[in-house]
Amino acid sequence: MTGTERENCELAIIGGGPAGLAAATLAARLGVETVLFDEQPAPGGQVYRNIEANSRETGLLTPILGADYARGLDLVRAFRASGAGFEPMSAVWQVAANGKVGISRDERACLVRARRVILATGAMERPVPVPGWTLPGVIGVGAIQTLMKASGIIPDRPVVLAGSGPLLYLVAFQLAKAGAPLQAVVDTSGGSLASAARQALPILAGFAGDLLKGLSWIAALKARGIALYRGGYLSIEGVSRVEAVSFRSGGRRIRIATALLALHEGVIPNNQITTSLRCQHAWDRTQLAWRPETDAFGATTSPLVAVAGDGAGIAGARAAVHRGRLAALDAAFRLGRISRNERDDRARADRQALLREARFRSFLDRIYRPSEAMRRLDDETIVCRCEEVTAGELRQLIGEGFSDVNQLKSFSRCGMGQCQGRMCAGTIGRLLADETKADIADMGQYRLRIPVKPLPLAELAALGNADRNSGPVLEVADGDPSQRI
Amino acid sequence: MTRTDVIVIGGGLHGCCTALHLARRGLRPIVLEKNTVGRHASGVNAGGVRQLMRHTAEIPLSMAAMAAWETLAETLGPELAANCGFVGGVGQIGIAQSAQEMDWCHERVAEMHALGYDFEEVIDQEELRRLVPSVADICRGGLVSRRDGHANPFRTTQSFRRRAEQLGARILERTRVIGLEQGDGGWTVTTDNGVFRADIVVNCGGAWAWQAGAMVGEGFPKSHFASTLMVTSRMPHFIDPVVIGIDRVLSFKQTEAGTVVIGGGILGDPDLDEETAETVADRMMESAETVYEFFPILRKATIVRTWAGLEALMPDIIPVIGPSRVARGLWHAFGFSGHGFQLGPIVGSVLADLILDGESPIPLDAFSPSRFTAEGKLKPQAH
Repeated sequence: MTGTERENCELAIIGGGPAGLAAATLAARLGVETVLFDEQPAPGGQVYRNIEANSRETGLLTPILGADYARGLDLVRAFRASGAGFEPMSAVWQVAANGKVGISRDERACLVRARRVILATGAMERPVPVPGWTLPGVIGVGAIQTLMKASGIIPDRPVVLAGSGPLLYLVAFQLAKAGAPLQAVVDTSGGSLASAARQALPILAGFAGDLLKGLSWIAALKARGIALYRGGYLSIEGVSRVEAVSFRSGGRRIRIATALLALHEGVIPNNQITTSLRCQHAWDRTQLAWRPETDAFGATTSPLVAVAGDGAGIAGARAAVHRGRLAALDAAFRLGRISRNERDDRARADRQALLREARFRSFLDRIYRPSEAMRRLDDETIVCRCEEVTAGELRQLIGEGFSDVNQLKSFSRCGMGQCQGRMCAGTIGRLLADETKADIADMGQYRLRIPVKPLPLAELAALGNADRNSGPVLEVADGDPSQRI
Repeated sequence: MTRTDVIVIGGGLHGCCTALHLARRGLRPIVLEKNTVGRHASGVNAGGVRQLMRHTAEIPLSMAAMAAWETLAETLGPELAANCGFVGGVGQIGIAQSAQEMDWCHERVAEMHALGYDFEEVIDQEELRRLVPSVADICRGGLVSRRDGHANPFRTTQSFRRRAEQLGARILERTRVIGLEQGDGGWTVTTDNGVFRADIVVNCGGAWAWQAGAMVGEGFPKSHFASTLMVTSRMPHFIDPVVIGIDRVLSFKQTEAGTVVIGGGILGDPDLDEETAETVADRMMESAETVYEFFPILRKATIVRTWAGLEALMPDIIPVIGPSRVARGLWHAFGFSGHGFQLGPIVGSVLADLILDGESPIPLDAFSPSRFTAEGKLKPQAH
């Protein structure tokens, strides 16, 4: 059955990364009629993208991408064997509070009504609005890794990696191993990994492997003679494309000429759908991002909808598996497959594993907390890349009395473009809070409505499974056309 | 306690415009806005500046409004006027697909002529194609009002707000009225942000206006609705006029930014208490279908956002403008039922005339609050 024929399902899971795969597998095993929707052709999500094909070909890729990546194969195999339905190449453009999931596949849109929805939409790279960040030739570190996983492509020209977070060194290490021309790595996080680890040793017992792994990447880069810098106040130069990156390091300014620059400041929850559902969100003061508020099973304040994995706050791929399982247990309980006691009994092991993961995560959060002081928003810096709205324009409007992110959006068009505010939502709140000396947690979020992904008008005009008796217009407007609203 | 001469409840376009005109005539209005200026219908409507196909009772007011749109700079000054993004003279066109719709166009123009109005004209397919080259062959002609156009609703509301402030009005956002009482010293308006005293209160509360009525025991219909808009990604310029449907669900315009705003009165799901509204894909389908059939150029367009604004709805689809029927010094202007934006520049001026001169040169009887019973139902004789 394809998405355009399916009218109903018991449990819809959005996203085929570790959380979605684990949730679908367990829910299906518990007898819930489960369908997993994902945009990619094959399961795996961002972290295990293309894992089946890459492991079959067993060429260079899996050795380069490492054992952590290979671990995803077990998850995918279990999912394939679970009996859960899989709808690949399916973009989800709405999840309504009544459980209607809007899918777009093969240039056809349709609605599928689910009794429960688990959002496993994962994370996105945090936008890095520094001067010049929108120039061609500036990309995300995550995008480089996506290309490696999806197509085995590595950059063919010298590349500089800049930013902070575990992915920075991992991708640098993978690129170096794959023989890519790596020019330099600029670490913009506050302190060094080794010294932070020493301080945090008491809470990190049991994570020596992870720590050593991180340190080994750095050592391997040094051994290959890759230039490693610590720096801040990044600025990107170029006219029609990137020509150089400069930064402050140890009291002086360093400039590196490059034609390809990859930025990374960690990842943030992909919360477009929970925002469009008007779920309660909280500002995470450590991760500097909005995350939906959930109970211990991932249930949001929207009655039919749960979130599992990084979409509920960044905790990584291993934790995502446990969070997916917890959401599946709760779905099976709510759908009448298991009792409350059985849910709680089965949840114990996953809860404990999550607690363990949380210790390491809090360490990572601390050392990789984005240093906003080190990326000031100059007036010329573009905040909204779709509509090209600068920080200076927004500052002027705030000075004139605008005190709300949605007012700023309505007036300046910041956040109105093709990306629907994904790239500027965090920045506009930060700017407003800074300028008005207020707490960013009080600045609120963009009001989002469907579609959460752009939807071709032709697909909407031929929407499958739409309720034809939904009363599109007021009755009073019928009859005499001049009595229109 | 803050004392002034006039309090305006509601910081939408009509509230801001009322404050502007009262300030221009020497009063010191304070506007109390529970959220932010232009948060609901005023800021998020389709921006149509339309005389076309209006209720005949609204036409004198709408014609005066059109003149006010065309001379915005006199009211707002050149910069704030330019900020409204008003594009006039491009016309609004009601598109007829069926023979019955064409017949209705002729009947409508005959009725308008009998009333002495000549701004609506029937056009044939050739003229329709000249005005709108991108229209599909299935469209036979329609009805045009050539002076009509469109403006940016959020920016327009902000311009009226700024001008009102320049003239001495105060606009207090995040100030919710929770009590309204008349005593010997005038009106006491209690809010969650202080208590205000004034001789005159103007109720421009939009979808929430009936609440102010209820505070003084004056019943109004509590009905409201949310009208949905969809907007496409930017497209190359292809159309100047605003087009609307006659029997089909349709309304769209291309903005200065190149995006196409598609409406047509598609209902969203309003939530008055939460002060928001959801859009509903099942219903948007019908509007998308009409656009798809009438405008092949839009088949490749992509919907990037939708939204719905909350608006009061009167059972006779015309607004309430006039003095309270239970209390002196209380005035109402609300219930524009989804087509109040074009009236934006005039209603405040009319209210200032009513309040300060006791009369307006524009006939307003049809909008009188006295057409409702004490419980807020439309009186039978009103129809």
